Amino acid sequence: MSAFRLSPSELDTAALRQELSDPSCGGLVFFEGRVRDHNEGRAVTGLEYEAFAPLAIKEGERILREALERFGVVRALCAHRVGALEVGGIAVFIGIAAGHRGEAFAACRYVIDEVKVRVPIWKKEHYADGPSDWVNCPHCASAAAPGSLSRHAHERHEH
Amino acid sequence: MNSPIYGLVLSGGRSERMQRDKAALDYHGVSQLEWTMGLLTPPHVARAFVSVRRDQGADPLRSRFACIQDVHDGLGPLAGILAAQAAHPEVAWLVVACDLPFLDRATLLHLIAERQPDRLATAYRSTSDAAPEPLCAIYEPACRQPLLAYLERGQGKGKGKACPRSFLQRSDVALLDQPCWSALTNVNTVDEYSSAVTRLGKREQAEAQSFAPASKPDEQGQQGKRGKHVSIQYFAALREQVGLHEERVQTRATTPAELYAELRERHHFSLPVESLRVAVNDEFADWAQALADGDVVVFLPPVAGG
Repeated sequence: MSAFRLSPSELDTAALRQELSDPSCGGLVFFEGRVRDHNEGRAVTGLEYEAFAPLAIKEGERILREALERFGVVRALCAHRVGALEVGGIAVFIGIAAGHRGEAFAACRYVIDEVKVRVPIWKKEHYADGPSDWVNCPHCASAAAPGSLSRHAHERHEH
Repeated sequence: MNSPIYGLVLSGGRSERMQRDKAALDYHGVSQLEWTMGLLTPPHVARAFVSVRRDQGADPLRSRFACIQDVHDGLGPLAGILAAQAAHPEVAWLVVACDLPFLDRATLLHLIAERQPDRLATAYRSTSDAAPEPLCAIYEPACRQPLLAYLERGQGKGKGKACPRSFLQRSDVALLDQPCWSALTNVNTVDEYSSAVTRLGKREQAEAQSFAPASKPDEQGQQGKRGKHVSIQYFAALREQVGLHEERVQTRATTPAELYAELRERHHFSLPVESLRVAVNDEFADWAQALADGDVVVFLPPVAGG
């Protein structure tokens, strides 16, 4: 199975963690992105993810390879949900296994930041107070533009 | 880890109705065998072979490529698939007939991208009867034993001639819709050959016209009317605005930027081109690159994963 995968069903994080076990690795970092009950001041009741699968997998794998090369970590994997999620649901899981904690934390941060701006996955939020809408973050749009130098703009906001 | 994909071009047909070797026919300026092998190149497949009958091993048209000889006689295309699986049982085989002059890279790339390695095979639905198209399909390593069992069962029981289509119909196969309508039209007779050459000639002329950077307006008026066919897949906000996941259009747009402008007028997209990226044939692309007939284009709204 590829190191970057899309899953239409709930992520099995125990199995994903197990895939990362490696006797040469002393530092393992896991990140879970979960569905929050609010965004930009509005109450969120749930959401849907949609992906352009062939390219999402290719780009996701490129990001994971970059993490291995840049940070010298031993294993890197990422699983992303597609389909409908409720508040509290796990939208994305990232796992890094490395010799030591420093590079594991750095690689994990790198992977989630890059996935958010480069992988063709879209999110439609359902709100308590009005019609659903596709999330369209202007910071992300400019950061994803080819040749853009504004990647740092993304690091100052969280969503 | 998915098993790697090797390509296999079937060239062992008897070409009885054509009365000429179908692999040697010229539709594109080179032999059809050479042209088909040219579609099966890395990185899409790791290696590619020509499937030949036992008596074709020394044929100069075929022997310039890596060949796999049939082990069985009289089994038609199944013999080629079985011999390839026996030679490299660990890989998946992208099997392609050499009598498909309209086959395009977009159709092959889509098949590879949508491959389901945990099924026995991934194939297209026939546009005429929705049955699996067996000769542009990916056969997984796991289908080797079922295929052998199918042959053993099928022989001598009056169930009709064993063929890869009937094997796929009885098996757990992922079936895809074809991105390009006529890509798998095969050509069996002399009449079909001449009509295919005419159609391809017209298509190539239209392409050459739309690629010409500085053609005169009067020439465009005469020859550029036909344009090219491209497929567009829509996601997220764009999908909802069009109300379709995919459409196929005939267009004179020469770049993705021109195509988006044309479609934005038709569908009233809210998103300006500056907020989008574009992908062609499942890879990020440049807005100014040349569009080709059969391309599959995706306009990517601002992403929001994580």
